[in-house]
Formats: sequence, C-alpha cells, structure tokens
Amino acid sequence: MTILKTLTASAVLAALFIGGVHAGTLDTIKQRGHVQCGVNTGLPGFSFPDDQGKWNGLDVDVCRAVAAAVFGDAGKVKFIPLTAKERFTALQSGEIDVLSRNTTWTTTRDSSLGLNFAGVNYYDGQGFMVKKSLGVNSAEGLDGASVCIQAGTTTELNLADYFRSNNMKYTPITYDKAAETVAGFDAGRCDVLTSDQSQLYALRIQLKDPGGAIVLPEVISKEPLGPVVRQGDDAWFNVVKWSLFAMLEAEDMGVSSKNVDDLKANSKNPGVRRLLGLEGIGGKGLGLPNEWAYNIVKMVGNYAEAFERNVGMGSKLKITRGQNALWKDGGLQYAPPFR
Amino acid sequence: MTDEKPTATPPRTAFWNNPTFRSLAFQIIVLASVGAFFAYIVNNTLTNMAQRGISTGFGFLDLKAGFGILMSLIEYDETYTYGRTFFVGLLNTLLVSFLGILLATLLGFVIGIARLSRNWLIARIAAAYIEVFRNIPLLLQILFWYFAVLSALPSPRQSLSLMDLFFVNVRGLYMPAPQPEPAFSAVGAVFALGIVASLVVARWAHRRQDLTGEQFPVLLTSLGLVIGLPLIVFAVSGFPLTWDIPVLQGFNFRGGLSLIPELVALLLALSIYTAAFIAEIVRAGILAVSHGQTEAASALGLRTPLTLRLVVIPQALRVIIPPLTSQYLNLTKNSSLATAVGYPDLVAVWAGTTLNQTGQAVEIILMTMAVYLTISLLISLFMNWYNKKTALVER
Repeated sequence: MTILKTLTASAVLAALFIGGVHAGTLDTIKQRGHVQCGVNTGLPGFSFPDDQGKWNGLDVDVCRAVAAAVFGDAGKVKFIPLTAKERFTALQSGEIDVLSRNTTWTTTRDSSLGLNFAGVNYYDGQGFMVKKSLGVNSAEGLDGASVCIQAGTTTELNLADYFRSNNMKYTPITYDKAAETVAGFDAGRCDVLTSDQSQLYALRIQLKDPGGAIVLPEVISKEPLGPVVRQGDDAWFNVVKWSLFAMLEAEDMGVSSKNVDDLKANSKNPGVRRLLGLEGIGGKGLGLPNEWAYNIVKMVGNYAEAFERNVGMGSKLKITRGQNALWKDGGLQYAPPFR
Repeated sequence: MTDEKPTATPPRTAFWNNPTFRSLAFQIIVLASVGAFFAYIVNNTLTNMAQRGISTGFGFLDLKAGFGILMSLIEYDETYTYGRTFFVGLLNTLLVSFLGILLATLLGFVIGIARLSRNWLIARIAAAYIEVFRNIPLLLQILFWYFAVLSALPSPRQSLSLMDLFFVNVRGLYMPAPQPEPAFSAVGAVFALGIVASLVVARWAHRRQDLTGEQFPVLLTSLGLVIGLPLIVFAVSGFPLTWDIPVLQGFNFRGGLSLIPELVALLLALSIYTAAFIAEIVRAGILAVSHGQTEAASALGLRTPLTLRLVVIPQALRVIIPPLTSQYLNLTKNSSLATAVGYPDLVAVWAGTTLNQTGQAVEIILMTMAVYLTISLLISLFMNWYNKKTALVER
C-alpha cells in the first residue's frame, strides 16, 4: 500500500512539474488580477508604508504605474517587501513579477542572474553619513573607521574598493535590514553608515537625532537604480520599460495628472495625442489598452510629480532633481520617442 | 542451547511469491522511482535556469569576492575568493557553536543541580531561570542582548577600562594579546608533556588502586605537572612573553585581542537559552537514579562527593546524553540566527552576501545545507560514541 502511495504521489508531483509550461507574464498577471511587486522593507521616499499601511514612494510608484497600464487601476498591486538578500531570488523564482527596490544596474546582475533592467528611475551614487561629533568633513578622514552596511548590496563592494584604492582600513559591520543598520549606527557600533546618497537622507530622518549626523560630500560610485524583470519574457519587459518611459515622456510633454483630462480632450500636439493613445499605435504592440499611458499619468502622475511628492521638495527628504532632471534641463532622465 | 530448526521443507513456490524476492523487488522499484524523481527535478531545475540565463556551476568559487568581513579566524581581505568566504563563514559558525555548547553545558549542569538543591531560594531561582529563558523566543533574546544590553555601552572614546589593559565599549571587549617570543615554545612543549604525563599517572594510579586499594593524590600531581612545571620553565627561560596592549587610535582601539559584541550577544543568547533546556535534562537524569542507590552508597561509607561522582552521575549520564545531543544539535542550527545581529557566520556571509553577489542560489544553498547536515551528523556520531561508552555494560 505504502509503495502504491509513494508511486502515485511521485507521479502526481512529476505531472505538476511537467505542467509548468510558461504562459506569458502579462497574461498570468491579467488572470490573477494584480501585479506582484517586490519593494524595499522600508525606505522613506522610495518604498515605505504609511500609518494606514499604504505603500508610498518613488519605487512604489513604478509598480503602480505598471498596474495602471495593465488594469487601468493603479491600486491593483500587491507589494512584497524584500531585503536586499532576498530580492533576486524572489524575482527569479517568480514570486514577484517586477522588482522595484532601489536596485543598481550592474553587469553581473544583467548577465548572470537572469535579470533585465527595465530602465533607470533614479540616478544615485554611494556616499557616507557620519555623526557630527566625530569632526570628520571628508571621506578621506575615515581611515580605521567602523562602517555599517546592508548585506547583499553593491554598497559592500564599492566600500571595499574605495578603502582599498585609497590605502585605508575599515571594519565592516553588515546588517540584514535598513532598520538594523540605522540602529547600529545610532548605538555607536559604527562611525559611518554608507549607502546610496538618496538612502542616506532617508535613513537620516529615522535616526534619534537627525541633526547630529551629516552626509559627507564624496560620492564614490555610480548607482543607476531601476525596476527589474526576469529574462526571457520580452513582452512583459516592454510593458515595464514603457510604463516608466511614459512617466518621463509625460513630464517632457508637460502632461500631468492635473491637466491630462483637459489635454486629452483639447490638445492638438501630435506628441501628446500619441502618448495619450489618441493617435498612433496606442497600446497594441504592448498588449495593453490604448489609453494605458493616460491611465498612468492620471492615476500616478508624471515623473516630476512622483519625484516631488516622494523625495523632492514636497517630501521630508528635500532632494533636488540634480542628475534626475530631464535631459533638456541638464539631467540624465530621457525617454525614447513615443511613435 | 541451540535453536531448533523446522525440519519440513516448505513447498516450492513461484519466484514472485518468494518473500525475499518480493521485498527486494519492491525496494528496488521504490529506490529507482525516488532516484528518477530527483534526477528529473535536478534536470528540470538546470534546464529552467539555463533558459532564464541564470549561470550555474561552481566556477564562481575562484572569483574575487571584493567585500570585507567583520571577523575572520583565517586570513581574509577583499582580494580573496568567494571560496575563501565559505571557510571564513564556516569557521565563525563552528566557533560560536563550539563555545556555545561549552558554556551551555556548564551553565545547564549548574542550574540543573541548583534546581534540586534543598535550599529553597537557590532551587526557586533556578526554576525561575529555566521558566523565563526557556519560554522566550531565541531571536528575541539575541536582539535583546545586542540592541538593548550591549549597545548601551559607552563609545570607544569613553571606554570603561580596567588598569588601562582591558577596555569595554560598544564596539567590543579589548584585551592585551600575548606575543610569545621564540623561547616560549619550550613552555608549550613542557605543557604538552605535562598533560601526557598526568594522563599516564592517572592510569597508573587507577590500576594501583584496583590492585592494592591504595590511593594516590592524582589531582595534585596533575596540577603540578600541567601548571607548575611550565611555570618553572617559563621563569627559568626569563619570561619570554610580551603583551600587545590595545590603544585608542583614531576611531577604534588597535592591537590586542578583541571580542566583538555580535559574537558576545549571540553566544550569551544561545548558551543561556540552551542551558535552560539542559538544566531540565540534567535534573531529569539525576532524579532517574533511584534513591536506594544513594542510600546503598552511604551504607558502604562513601562520602557525598564520592557518591555523586561514582554512583549518581555515571547512572544519570545514561539518561542525560541522548537528549543532550539534540540540544547540541539545536544550538548549532540556531547559531544561524547570527544574521539578525550581523555576526558573520556561514548563513550571513556565505548564504547571504556571497549568494547575493553571485546570484548562484542553488549551489550556495545546497552547500550550506550540506555543511549543517555534516556538522550535525558529526556531533551525533560523537555523542553516540560517548553514549555507548557510558551505557550500562551488562555482565
């Protein structure tokens, strides 16, 4: 009897495994009714749950834009908070459809993890935060310091490179989560907290005494952060990529959530009309409704709105646009033409 | 007495009705189907990973790691390979498990015996200890020691110091490190010799006592051999040992030996938690030795310490060892919670940072599981051997 049971069980399991023929990610999502999006466990400005448990942030807005494009409803997202260590495995294994979690675009990640970066939603660079009481004004004065870092990040590697190339010593203290890293820094376990500049500002407001810490001027790396999808599903890759571009193009065209209805009804500008799905191919090639970009702008806003609301002057972080301004304003953000 | 064999030959049966053939055949079928199932899964995984462009294989072990690790028992810096990070993590795991087992056993035995004390206060304190620490989740205890207790220590510049030799601050405990000069090796050699000699003396004394009943002061002799003799050599050779004293330099203390708070917090939590279980096991073991044994021993004229050593403990050990083994295994496996406080153990370094930097989850997790399995099996083997040694030998 037991043998029979074992055989049946293995036959059933085998059948399950064979049955795993991939439908396209987009179809799977449409059937499921929501997008599964991997975000940070808690990083103000990028992904942070508010007091009602609603997720907010620049990275969160990318997910909401994708949901708006697919379903015409920016709320159809399930956010899955992930640590730096967990994120790629979660994406590779199909637990999430898109990873939007301040993730740096690098060769290794692009080429050997089976991932595709769908663009850059924030140009960042690694920096250092120290306590004012330490009296350090430059990263070059950090020889021999203890440094708190988050595990599984490019930060760990850049830090080692920076100290090695400057012939300085350091002691790394590696934590799993941002919250522990901040607690370690607060307790004085380390002299320096290193992370991407944007995160440093975000983490600083979580300190017991935010005024007592300063961010050093040095930026020691390039950190282009963007949404990531699995390799091998180009249709889905396109959806995520162009959802992000739609936000940028909307800013470029001067379309915002406030004037989008008006422009949709009255605009004569062919660029705006193409973006809003009134002319051109609309959403056909992407497998989306024609008004997909309209939905994004209407429900989430253009890139400028998302930026100001989450990390810019309208937020606690007060980060200036800098490299994240549009190309025509001297920044790096650029969307290919919508035509 | 010899077994009586049935004399009648059984009637010939078809080979598929032969019980030996049947059981063998079925076992082979089950084994083959299980094997085929796993082969299928492995193949399926590899194909899927290749399809998704995820690299596989163990080639990454030779690549440069490029990240720093807080604590390493072997030489390590950013220029070493990923393969090296595996050993760094492994050794850190072994260190904390070994020290944890040692501390937990000591503490557990003390508390377990205290719980049986006739002194009301001591027994109650032991009972309270067990109930409190056994019933609070281990992760909480680790976080408590790390974030509540140890992080309340002062900063390096305001370190608490003892005679300007020992320093305690939020970054750890710093103490002088012995720096042996070449002549010190003679002291080490004499020390090793002392241990061997005292073992020989102990054996000889035991045999002599069995033969003649005369006792020999083994403990004193051994102490003299193991401690006294090396001390004499140490003095004669002109104290060939200097101390490297930690000094505050810039941000941190440099030189000397240091004990990082991550290790201390983890060690405290692991040993205090496990000691509560061990205490109960010890109590059960001692209570399992019937009171008649103790009475018989005192009727023979044995004093209480001897009764404990010769009568109670050997019999109690038989009950204690099997459950003690599983506590040791638990402690070792629980040490993987290190990652919560940033202690660089195998899970934090290898299955954490290295996994994330290389993205080779399948290989790394398999290796990690294999390591824990191996460590656990080795502990089991050792404890089973010891159990067999202490088990009742029936004559």
